Parts: sequence; C-alpha cells; structure tokens
Amino acid sequence: MTTDPSGTSFRSNLFNVKLGRRHLTGSIFGVVALLGALVGVAVLIIMLVEVWRDGIRYFRLEFLDLFPSRKPDQAGFKSAFWGSLWVIGTTAMIAFPVGVSAAIYLEEYAPKNWVTKILQTNISNLAGVPSIVYGLLGLQIFVRGTIGVGPSLEDLGLNDFGRSVLTGGLTLALLILPVVIVASQESLRAVPPSIREASYGIGATRWQTVRHHVLPEALPGVMTGTILALSRAIGETAPLIAIGALTFIAFTPEHLLDDFTVMPIQIYNWAARPQHDFQDLAATGIMVLLIALLVMNAIAVSLRYRFGHGNGR
Amino acid sequence: MAIDSSSVISSSGATTRFRRRRSRRLSESIVTAVLMVCAAVTILTTVGIVAILLAEGLSFFGEVSPQDFFFGTRWTPLFPSAGFGVLPLICGTLLIALGASLISLPLGTLAAVYLSEYAQPKVRNILKPILEVLAGVPTIVYGYFALTWITPLLKSTIFPDIGVFNALSAMIVVGIMTVPMVSSISDDSIRAVPASLREAAYGLGSTKFEVVTRVTFPAALSGIVASYILAVSRAVGETMAVTLAAGASPRITANPLESVQTMTAYIVQVSLGDTPQGTTVFRTIFVVALTLFAITLIMNLISDRIVSRYKERYE
Repeated sequence: MTTDPSGTSFRSNLFNVKLGRRHLTGSIFGVVALLGALVGVAVLIIMLVEVWRDGIRYFRLEFLDLFPSRKPDQAGFKSAFWGSLWVIGTTAMIAFPVGVSAAIYLEEYAPKNWVTKILQTNISNLAGVPSIVYGLLGLQIFVRGTIGVGPSLEDLGLNDFGRSVLTGGLTLALLILPVVIVASQESLRAVPPSIREASYGIGATRWQTVRHHVLPEALPGVMTGTILALSRAIGETAPLIAIGALTFIAFTPEHLLDDFTVMPIQIYNWAARPQHDFQDLAATGIMVLLIALLVMNAIAVSLRYRFGHGNGR
Repeated sequence: MAIDSSSVISSSGATTRFRRRRSRRLSESIVTAVLMVCAAVTILTTVGIVAILLAEGLSFFGEVSPQDFFFGTRWTPLFPSAGFGVLPLICGTLLIALGASLISLPLGTLAAVYLSEYAQPKVRNILKPILEVLAGVPTIVYGYFALTWITPLLKSTIFPDIGVFNALSAMIVVGIMTVPMVSSISDDSIRAVPASLREAAYGLGSTKFEVVTRVTFPAALSGIVASYILAVSRAVGETMAVTLAAGASPRITANPLESVQTMTAYIVQVSLGDTPQGTTVFRTIFVVALTLFAITLIMNLISDRIVSRYKERYE
C-alpha cells in the first residue's frame, strides 16, 4: 500500500517529458533557421542598394551612347551594350534550335539503351564544367581552329573565326546547351501521352506528331527555359575573356565576324581600376546589366504564366 | 518495292499514296538524323574539351616534368625564372572553396530546413525565389561588391591591416552565391521524405525540432550531401568574383587576409595578358584547366552517384 504512491512518483519522474523545454528548443531552432535564410536576402538587398548608390551618378541616357574613354566623364557603355546584344542574339540562334532538337531526340526518338543513358549522363556532367573551360574550348576550336591533334582549319584551307561575335556566340551556346536541353526535356515530358497517342491513332508519323502536337504544347516551357539560360549567358565573363575578347573597343559590331566586347567584360575592366570614378562607372554598368537580366526574366515568367498550364518549370 | 506494288495495283490514287508514304519515310529518317546530330553535339563538346586539354597538357608535360608541376611550390610562369609548381594555385583555390563552404553549407542548410519544415506556404513562395536570385546574379557583380564594399567594411571594422585584394572577401561572396545551390537541392530532398515518416514521429510524441533533426534530416541526408558537394564544386570553378576580390598572388597560405590566386584567376590573368600562343607559358592555362576540370568532374560524379544510389529508397 505504501509502495503504490512512491511507485507512481518514481514512474512520473521517469516519464518527465519536459515538453516546455523541448518546444522552446524547437522555437529557437526555427528562429535560427529563419535568420539563416534571411542572411542571403539581406546580402542581396545590401548589394543592390550599394550598386544603386555607386552607379546612379553616371546613370543617364548618354551612358549607352558613349564609347569607353580614359576620362570617366566621357566614358560610356555603347560598345559593351551592343556587343552583348550581338553575342546573345548569336547564342540564341544557335542554342535554341540545337538544344530543342537534342531534347526532342532524347525524349521522343531515342531508344532506351546505354547510348541514350551515356548522352543523358554526359549532359548533366557538362552542366557542372566550370565556364572558363568552355572558354578554352572556344579559343582552340573557333579562334585557333584546332583541337590540338590532327589538322587545323588553316591546314584545311578554311578561315578561323578570330575573336569575333560568332566565336563568342558559339562558345556561349555550347556553355548553355545542357541547360536548354534539360529545360526543354522537362517541358516535353510534361506533354500528356494521350496527345501523342491520338495523333498516332489518326495515322500521323512521329515527326508530324512532334511538329504539330507535342512541340506547340511544350513551346512556352521550352522558351522559358531558353530565356533563363540566355540570361545566364549574358552575365558570363570568364569564357569570353578566355577566347580573348577585347576589353577596349570603341565601335559597335556590324557583322558576325567583327571584334566585340560585352557588358560584364567592360564592368570588369572598370572595376579592376583603382580610380574611384571608374568603379562608379562599373556600378552603372552593373545597373544596366541587371536591368537587362530583369527584362529577360520578366519575359520568361510571363511566358510561363500566359501559356503554361503549370507546364513551364 | 513500292514500284512493284504500284504496277500491281492499277488505281492511280494508290500509286500516289505509296509514293507519299515513301517520301514520308525518307523525310522522317532525315529528321531523325538531324535531331540525332544535335544531340551528338553534346558528346562532341565533351570530347572536344577532353581532347584539347589533354593534347595541350601532354605537350606541356613534354617541357615540364609532371613532378615539378604537381609537387612544385613555386608558381611563377610569367617571370624570367619560371617556376611551374601548381600547388600555390591549388592551395588558393581550396582556401577560398573551404572558406566559402563554411558560409554556404550552414546557411544553405538552415534555409532549407526553414523553407521545408517551418515556413508557411505563402512565405516559402516568396523566400525561395528570392534566394534563387542569388544564384542568378552575374558573378562579376559579386566581385565588384567584394572589392568595393566588403573589403572596405572589413578594413574599417575587424581587420585594419587587410589588403585591397584578399581571400576573405572572395570567400564571403562565393559562399553567399552558392547558398541557393545548397538550399534549393536540400529543400527538394527534405520535401521528398514521405509524410508517413514525419507522421509516425509526431505520433510517438516528438516535437517539431526532434522530427526535423532526428527523422527528416537524416532521411534526406543523401540529397543534402550531394548539394554540399555541388556547392563546393561550383566554388572551385568560380572565376570572376575571385579574380576581382582575391587578386593575383599565387602563394601557399592559410591566412585569408592575404591575396591569393586561384586556378581560374590564373587563366584569366594569362588570357588578358600578352603571352604569345604556342609557348610553354601559354600551355600552362590548359594544364591548369585540365587540373580544374578533373577536380570538378570527380566531385560532380560523386554527387551524382550519391543521389542515384539513395534516390529511390522511399519510393
């Protein structure tokens, strides 16, 4: 009889759940996790505010209408801005058709065998190759016209492309190709099989099915993925420096084989100088680059919402 | 065969139908071939990269012994008394990658846990895209930010004797830019943990903290580790931010207040300079790129392996 109460007290000691303390630990951890997430947001905000504060001084229309100069007050972004448009345009013309075709092959045509598996693994590994390595690839193939072994383009009587817009566009196209392919594959995969089956059912061939039914359905997602990949390309600096794009250019490209510079290279050039005025010019350049990125992303997002039925990404 | 059949079947409609079918089959195979060539471009890219790096690398090793390259401690290819020891560059690269991961791994993990376990859907839908913007900002912008804001801030507060170019500011920005790689992939893999596991743990009386740390986090560990490796690999290959912020002084040091040079920054330095092509000095950029390519490839393969090995455990 006397053991009964002592027994319960013993058991309640053993089963002391300390719920209050455990919930407190949980809440503290939640707050810490939130703070961890907010550090990134805070840095982003500080970065944008700083760029704005440094760059607003030169942020006016003439900035886009002047060539780089040794005098900060007369320096502008014209050659870099148009150079970027030329290079990104070239990249888009190459990466879009090639990337979408490759994705169509992989999703709609390729047999499920080891070759396809190697293709797929290779694409995901290419996406992890540092961008500067692509620059060296572009330098050898398009500028020097050789892969190091065997005959070069010159031996075959062909001209190389020099350090031209075409070289830059091709190099960046190879760089973003894996991204375009993966994004396109995802939106092709999201097209319901019933559409394909209906098309085959009325006697269409594979290409007719893809061309008239699958591709139109997947196109918004494909475009969104491609534009996002291009917005990565427009900020790329390293591969274009590696192919030897010039840092000082006082003209805008007129054709694909012209020399060029691009916005990030011009920004690098200004930022690396010790004078404060040039660093502010770099900030102005960053503002223009970020606005370009914002516009591209807005187009991509609006495409996704306008046409995608949750089909985008 | 089509001609044979058309002579047997006299109706002209049947003939055109057969002709059309034959031309359709032909155009189908042309289309297939074109699509296949486009897919093969990706293989050619890989083959091209490997061939170029190996070809230039091998002719480099004809002039400089691999032993001097891999174990030498003096990297001065641009000086008259040229030293071709790659260790200073590897040391600079690893120093920055290590420092960056001290920032990106904890912050990314915390962000992933918050997004997947604590955040209301509304907050999550705002926070996640904002974090992903961090990965979309061009790296040159981070370089500018490190050089013109972080370094002056560090100089005026904690480290008055920090140099204009220093490894610390590069570590910080590279760490921040790789946070979304960790947070996004980890968030995805935490959310892929089946609800039944969580519910079972709650049913046994666990609090949220206990469920997160003892059930979902361990269950999602493979994806989280894979995201860590990817983030470090990205930090190793990062170029413009480290070039601008960390400078161009190859040295073996563990002091983040000094200027260092990474492998990528060295390639940029030579590309911007006037080193004549075809010389031993110019070949160094290919052999450095080969080393860089090998390091990132191995890391990416390990990460792939981890993901594919543990992916379907709960499905």
